[in-house]
Amino acid sequence: MSGEEVPAEVVASLEARAREIRRHIIRMTYAAGSGHPGGSLSATDLLTALYFRELRVDPERPDWPDRDRLVLSKGHAAPALYATLAERGFLPREELLSLRKLGSRLQGHVDRGKLPVIEASTGCLGQGIGMAVGMALDARLSGRPSRVYAVLGDGECQAGPTWEALMAGGHYRLSNLVALLDRNGYETDGSTESILGIEPIADKFRAFRYHTLEIDGHDFRQILAAFAEARRISDGPTAIVARTVKGKGVSFMEGQHAWHGKAPSKAEAERAMGELGGTLDGVVR
Amino acid sequence: MSAPAKVESLRDAYGQALLELGERDPKLIVLDADLSGSTRTVLFGKKFPDRFYNVGVMEPTMMSIAAGFSLEGRTVYASTFAVFAAGQAYNFVRQSICYNRANVKIVATHGGLLVGPDGGTHQIVEDIGLMRGLPGMTVIVPADAPTARAATFAVAEREGPAYVRLTRESLPTVTDGSFQIGRAAELRSGSDLTIVAVGALVARALEVAGELAEIGISTRVLDLASVKPFDEPALLRAARDTGAILVLEEHSVLTGVGALVAATTGENYPVPVRRVGVPDLFGESGEAWALLDRFGMSKERIREEAWELLRLRGKVQ
Ligand SMILES: Cc1ncc(C[n+]2csc(CCOP(=O)(O)OP(=O)(O)O)c2C)c(N)n1
Repeated sequence: MSGEEVPAEVVASLEARAREIRRHIIRMTYAAGSGHPGGSLSATDLLTALYFRELRVDPERPDWPDRDRLVLSKGHAAPALYATLAERGFLPREELLSLRKLGSRLQGHVDRGKLPVIEASTGCLGQGIGMAVGMALDARLSGRPSRVYAVLGDGECQAGPTWEALMAGGHYRLSNLVALLDRNGYETDGSTESILGIEPIADKFRAFRYHTLEIDGHDFRQILAAFAEARRISDGPTAIVARTVKGKGVSFMEGQHAWHGKAPSKAEAERAMGELGGTLDGVVR
Repeated sequence: MSAPAKVESLRDAYGQALLELGERDPKLIVLDADLSGSTRTVLFGKKFPDRFYNVGVMEPTMMSIAAGFSLEGRTVYASTFAVFAAGQAYNFVRQSICYNRANVKIVATHGGLLVGPDGGTHQIVEDIGLMRGLPGMTVIVPADAPTARAATFAVAEREGPAYVRLTRESLPTVTDGSFQIGRAAELRSGSDLTIVAVGALVARALEVAGELAEIGISTRVLDLASVKPFDEPALLRAARDTGAILVLEEHSVLTGVGALVAATTGENYPVPVRRVGVPDLFGESGEAWALLDRFGMSKERIREEAWELLRLRGKVQ
């Protein structure tokens, strides 16, 4: 992939930020006693690259009309998005530990009514990408420069509505739309290919008229190069198939679907924090 | 009162019952949509891998596949969370299953607010209304594990589509499992007031009835697990005998069992009816049982509503 040169210190700072976000995810799911660490950890580097290098957003003006939009179609990765938003200055870090608690703005699945910086409430799979298509159509119709990014799960790609929405994005040639697939290989009950195979997934996106890129979703240079290339495409939407590892960064969660929707115990959370270079107790950060 | 009830998982009861059904009916098919660990169909899948299909995240099409199998003469059980079974897949349940009169038994887990921390997107409080509105659909809302088990068998015996709503949370055992489709179970006899309840709130109904007995008020408790068909004679008898009915359900009061009870008594034997359930709101994240209190189904609220009915009937000041 032809990439712009991303300086080493930028990559290092993104990596450090992503590690901090992963530490938040462990603390948050441990404190909540439930949640989805596996698919949060796999999407962390993608969200970090988006919020710290790609999206035109401003914590001072979260409702700026011309901002770019991020729709988390796999809404169960809420901890990753909340932690990224906190690191980017959109919400106080102290609030992160309220995840999933009664009265919290940090609902189990991202909720725009409770936390307006969330662009679209999601949780039931297959709907976020459709809302992203609506937003991208609106940006074009209203003449706004906003770009719209939707993060999809690979299990979510089994759901029919995902393809209806993708078909619409291709049909309307939405060059301001990027479908970003977190291809971590697993869903709730096992691997996608053992349950209902989605391969050849890049070919499917191509057949749906997407300019399609395949990258390592944990390599910031590749992620940023793909975003840059997507910006240069002017005649239709882009799909980025980001190969990722479910549970990335925590050895005993990596590639284990058992960690899809289960919080770590105290001992597990401590071990995970050790691997991520932090500790479980004490205030966040 | 008696010793504290056993608390048992309705989902485990379902999973175990399916294993027995798989033995009894060698043609039985079970489907799931990537939630087989949570719904417990995984047990059937391990024992009868040839008759189990985990179709992935595609609830609407799972319902059509289920209907297809059933139109070829098989009994099919299809499971996922209630929000996906009744919500995501609604029109597929309607046409593929109900319109075809397919012999598909939808056993939906994670109904209602008791889903807890996952939040409002996953807490469907409209499913009983959606499902009981479908022509030909049998709708069962078990209050405990023995009823979940009995209902799993009972819907197999009854030709045609069925929807069984289970909770994520384990519930206190309040019945002896002698559930029958079309019959209300009178769990407590009484003459001053009737409480009709379904699902998780049956145990609360019994607790409140016990408390009222201590001050000399006699409360009948009906478990209306069979929501459709429902036991109209038992309901009208309760209206006649006690003159007031309080309905408890972990479901929207707009379309649930309270609406059914109010309409039925209103047409046949009008008595005061009050509904305790989820108001016209979506749920939210929180500890499961705390949510019941937050959304107006606390024991205090139930007591207040009972008191209000007794007052209306001139039975208390
Ligand atoms: C329509 C719908 N069906 C089922 C679920 C329950 N569910 C939550 S996550 C999940 C698996 C999703 O797999 P994937 O999209 O690959 O997520 P990831 O592995 O990235 O976390 C399922 C079945 C849901 N949220 N929405």
